Amino acid sequence: MTLTHILVFSAAALAVGLLANKRWQGWLILVISVVAIYWLQLASPIRHLDFWLPTATLGLVVLSWAVTRTSAPQKPGSSSTPVSTGSNGLAGLIVVLIVLGIGLTRYTGQFCCLVSSIPPEISQIGLAIGLILLLVVGLFRFSPSVKIGGTIAILILLGIFLVLKNDWLVMVTSTWLRFLSGQNTSLTRVTDLRWLGYSYIAFRLIHTLRDRQTGRLPSLSLQAYINFVIFFPSLAAGPIDRVERFSKDATASPQNFSEMFNPGGERVVFGLFKKFVIADALALVALNPDNFAHVTSTLWMWVLVYTYALRIYFDFSGYTDIAIGLGCWLGIKLPENFDHPYLKPNLTAFWNSWHISLAQWFRAYFFNPLTRSLRSMKRPLPTSVVILAGQFGTMILIGLWHGITWNFLLWGAWQGIGLFLHNRWLNFSRSHLAEWAPPGWLRLGLVYLGTFLTFNYVTLGWVWFALPEPIQSLATFQKLFGL
Amino acid sequence: MVDSRFTRNVLIKTVLLFAAFNLLFAAIDPVQAFGNLSAYNAIFPGRPRLPFGENPDKAYNFSIYSLDAMLASHEINAHRAATPAGATYRVIVVGDSSVWGTLLTPQQTLVGQINAANLKTADGRVIRAYNLGYPTLSLTKDLLILTLVKKYHPDMIVWMVTLESFPVTRQLTSPILQHNADLVRGLIHANGVRLNSQDPQLVDLSFWQKTIVGRRRDLADIFRLQLYGIPWAATGIDQYYPDTYDLRANDLDADPTFDGLKPPHLVPADLSLDVLKSGLSLYRDIPVWVVNEPIFISNGRNSDIRYNFYYPRWAYDDYRQILQSEATQAGWHYLDLWNLIQPSEFTNSAIHLTPNGASILAGKVGKSIIGLAGSKPLE
Repeated sequence: MTLTHILVFSAAALAVGLLANKRWQGWLILVISVVAIYWLQLASPIRHLDFWLPTATLGLVVLSWAVTRTSAPQKPGSSSTPVSTGSNGLAGLIVVLIVLGIGLTRYTGQFCCLVSSIPPEISQIGLAIGLILLLVVGLFRFSPSVKIGGTIAILILLGIFLVLKNDWLVMVTSTWLRFLSGQNTSLTRVTDLRWLGYSYIAFRLIHTLRDRQTGRLPSLSLQAYINFVIFFPSLAAGPIDRVERFSKDATASPQNFSEMFNPGGERVVFGLFKKFVIADALALVALNPDNFAHVTSTLWMWVLVYTYALRIYFDFSGYTDIAIGLGCWLGIKLPENFDHPYLKPNLTAFWNSWHISLAQWFRAYFFNPLTRSLRSMKRPLPTSVVILAGQFGTMILIGLWHGITWNFLLWGAWQGIGLFLHNRWLNFSRSHLAEWAPPGWLRLGLVYLGTFLTFNYVTLGWVWFALPEPIQSLATFQKLFGL
Repeated sequence: MVDSRFTRNVLIKTVLLFAAFNLLFAAIDPVQAFGNLSAYNAIFPGRPRLPFGENPDKAYNFSIYSLDAMLASHEINAHRAATPAGATYRVIVVGDSSVWGTLLTPQQTLVGQINAANLKTADGRVIRAYNLGYPTLSLTKDLLILTLVKKYHPDMIVWMVTLESFPVTRQLTSPILQHNADLVRGLIHANGVRLNSQDPQLVDLSFWQKTIVGRRRDLADIFRLQLYGIPWAATGIDQYYPDTYDLRANDLDADPTFDGLKPPHLVPADLSLDVLKSGLSLYRDIPVWVVNEPIFISNGRNSDIRYNFYYPRWAYDDYRQILQSEATQAGWHYLDLWNLIQPSEFTNSAIHLTPNGASILAGKVGKSIIGLAGSKPLE
């Protein structure tokens, strides 16, 4: 998101928060969010792809909603948004009209900058909309069990995720798309296929599908569902909210706007400062694939690595602050994603305070089910093995969530090993040092030491994250330790 | 409980203070002064050449318009007070991109190689050269730099020139001049050179463009220049070196014109000799070498018409003759090295040298510096 995007979104959020009542807010958020996914989508050299990707996002959202609406028991007492066929029809109609409206800019000239290039022909758009509607009608008509429908939907979402996160698959897909659109396939680049916010959108959809399968999902209108998945403040960089919490805020009685203005404004201003002043300044200096090979001394290499650690924090937490601030103006309290992570005395605490919503997602949908199933095996595995498998697997998946590359995998493994070692140390200290009561100054000193070690362990882990090739990271480590 | 009056008052005060600061800023116009606040030569080593570049991500360097910030980032600024008088013999070399060193590391440039040779004057002083070249072709740009570096009290000036810097029409085409309009006007008036002080190419800022909002880009550039000091210090890189580049053209168009002029003759009035003379008069008290820098001499198609992409033969020959004649008449220390370097030692332009080419040139210029060091200045 650029500064222009954020300023426009701020104006929109302030206007909606200030002027509209709760009932209208939902509809206005729907309109802005649908327009935002087109506006934020990066340009692609593949013909019309920057129109089709946001349209595909909407298609996936609507189809996932339809899957969650097929027969399945509701969790008693779960919060829900009022659902009526008329309301869902209206939401669908609004989405279709916006898509068609954007498509019509092909003939009227681009309206402002809603899409990066000329949209496809209106007949093709109509066909795509018709296909999605047909699938939705089919889902309602044949009403597949949520177990099968949900599983297929999750597999499709993960399949797309896999393609987008793997450079080789991106190249294959881009080549194929270029071929389909009659473009030169030799010009295919890995940057051809950049789907705005898919990582976040897919994980929100999977969350709703899994919760539907386990009967925890509240009943949601189409409008509430779309608003949750593509809520414009958190579209590009999260956080990954939980739908129960989101819809509770969305349906809660309206607060006095003046009470939301200050905390929201504070977060937006802090976020802008963190992202556009601190992070962007640090980015000029931080470790990157260009400068790592040029650094001539160990000291300066440490400076670049530390700068990267600070840059990534200020960048990401800045965006989160902006999202939370905008959400606040709209009466939606998005979850916190960061809680002073670099000041935590151990790695477990760090991962409870860094990209919190993603870590919680993996805890809920991978770590807990995995460790539960490992513990309930006929021949139970030792606790240490269960923890190792759970933490290692979770962190590797979190690594691969950023991209399917060796370096992200190694970064995940680095974190998994660190978490496991900390867990074992905790276990050891509980059993062997339980009665040791150090004096206050020593206890404080140990906390500082833990914070220092944790920060440096995490910072060294960023060497895997910041560079695209393991050999580059190894060369960086060599220089860091003067080898 | 949030007090909406408090919020309103904060907003009003914010707007008023923001407006007041902007107006004050526009009235004082402190951007040039900010340029003197530099982390270079204090936290980071000074740069061996002036900031310039269009690829900051890879070069850790970029073009800015604040001459004060540029000079403050240069290593010469550290030696301004640090070097005891008389301990070294300080030579400032000015010129275009061939002096600045396009495609060359700081050590490979003309100045880098002069310094690497550890030259000494007859009285035992170490010769220390400073690269004050800047990659645009304009004698007026050189004159501006020469004016500004007077504060460093050099012992000698080496002014590398080429015909492309001489045409009157080219004098104000350099962005660094256009965005320092007041300084350029000062030069024009002080030296009485044949340039229009109201030239529309000169960028004048309105009052509103002088506010913080209006000058945000200049302020950000000064700040960015400081930040790039870190990667510069960490890598020693100040230029993007592409893996490959297009070689200077050997086959040329059959175009006999130069800067809109047609053969047969170039006359002194076509050249900004007055700008050159103004620069020389600035440094009457120290020796100044004027060096006609080496050019690529083509042997390809139409090389009977042109020496290279820049110069038709007739114009360049006339230029050399005019310059030699002026130098002889005025008693300048003049070196014509136009054909010193073999064609194979030119890179992507008819004036850019390979490291080996720069080394040959440094040998020649270095000897000339030694020869003149200690000699009497121009009367």
